[in-house]
Amino acid sequence: MAKLKLAVYWSASCGGCDVAILDIAERILDVVAIADVVFWPVAIDFKYKDVEAMADNSIDVCLFNGAVRNSEQDHIAKLLRAKSKALVAYGSCACFGGIPSLGNFNCRDEAFQRAYIEAPTNVNTDHLSPQTLTKVPEGELELPEYWDTVLALNQVVAVEYFLPGCPPPVELTNKVVDALASEQLPPAGTIIASDKSLCEECDRIKEDKKITRIYRPHEITPDRERCLLEQGLICMGPATRGGCGQRCIKANMPCRGCFGPPPRVIDQGAKMLSALASIYEANDEGAIARMLTEVVDPAGTFNRFVMSTSMLQRKRL
Amino acid sequence: MSFEPKIVGFMCNWCAYRGADLAGTSRMKCAPNVRTVRVMCSGRVDPQLVVKALQLGADGVLILGCHPGDCHYAEGNYKAARRIALLKKMLAQFGIEDERVRLDWVSASEGDRFKKIVNEITEQVRVLGPLSRNGAD
Repeated sequence: MAKLKLAVYWSASCGGCDVAILDIAERILDVVAIADVVFWPVAIDFKYKDVEAMADNSIDVCLFNGAVRNSEQDHIAKLLRAKSKALVAYGSCACFGGIPSLGNFNCRDEAFQRAYIEAPTNVNTDHLSPQTLTKVPEGELELPEYWDTVLALNQVVAVEYFLPGCPPPVELTNKVVDALASEQLPPAGTIIASDKSLCEECDRIKEDKKITRIYRPHEITPDRERCLLEQGLICMGPATRGGCGQRCIKANMPCRGCFGPPPRVIDQGAKMLSALASIYEANDEGAIARMLTEVVDPAGTFNRFVMSTSMLQRKRL
Repeated sequence: MSFEPKIVGFMCNWCAYRGADLAGTSRMKCAPNVRTVRVMCSGRVDPQLVVKALQLGADGVLILGCHPGDCHYAEGNYKAARRIALLKKMLAQFGIEDERVRLDWVSASEGDRFKKIVNEITEQVRVLGPLSRNGAD
């Protein structure tokens, strides 16, 4: 088998997914045995012009991590789409928007105002902020255009595979490596995770789903055996796709939903909100008011990783 | 021509829908802006449905159920009260005004109350204007 051409790109991302790829440790030798990496900005010195020079569909697999929120990322997403046979949305940001998509509660002007003007430690008396085009004596300087709205990869280009997770766990990345090596790729559109919710794979003891108080994670030390939701923590398990190996649960922390919604759930945030309100015991206005004070930030908590692909997508402009 | 709000109305089969029907058979005149969706219980109204209605073009959503204590299925309307209250808190963070989503109680004999609520929400949403579509494209 001729060596596969593999590309990796980071877009609006924290860099954790690139680290996660390397987390496969010595299996990276399996990867280089079967693949030539032709583009990987964080690791190897290929340039955009090298990608532009490639023939269409000459990259066998491109692992694209990060959301899309500026014109440069949009351009490279479209470029890599043209040059790649299979494009993988790698990680929650590429799949759903991820943490960067929490920026959809602001817009460009608000973000710039806060970052460049208002922030207490700024010294910026001229009130300068990044401009797309700036004239200098030598000519004109260009910066990517910063968008109001953060998008997931499949909202910009067609995507063959989705590997969720913040970051994707080693086992799932290995699954992709195995599929590549054996040339047995799953059907296009596959989400490479479980088809069930996290609750199905969670080992904890589940009894009666009835709570009278919601706790924030720092307020209690949960029992290690019992369901975290039953202990009053907001565990996103019921509204989250499984396949992560319940790694947060094993660390005695509630799930935050990084694998996105389970199959057939369109809006993870609304679904989790529904589940939580359903199990909370409050049948009068006073108790309901108390419940509302205990959920400090419903929009951010329930949509933490999925703002771009949620039904409302962003705060109204 | 003034803006005509599009409001989706989820009404429970046993109380609210019958109250709406009574308003109709009694020939009560009220604003025509509410599009009715009959559900068996207000507790069936999944928050995803409310969000989807807003995303697909509704300017407002009305959910009507039985009065507390009178739910045909005993507890469904309490569940609705909790879910819709939490949903409204979340929608506020999305910049969606409080008046656009309303949960209220209408019994089968309250045709006049149905008319009053429909007229109220229609005027409140008319004043707010169309829901901004910036997120939906």
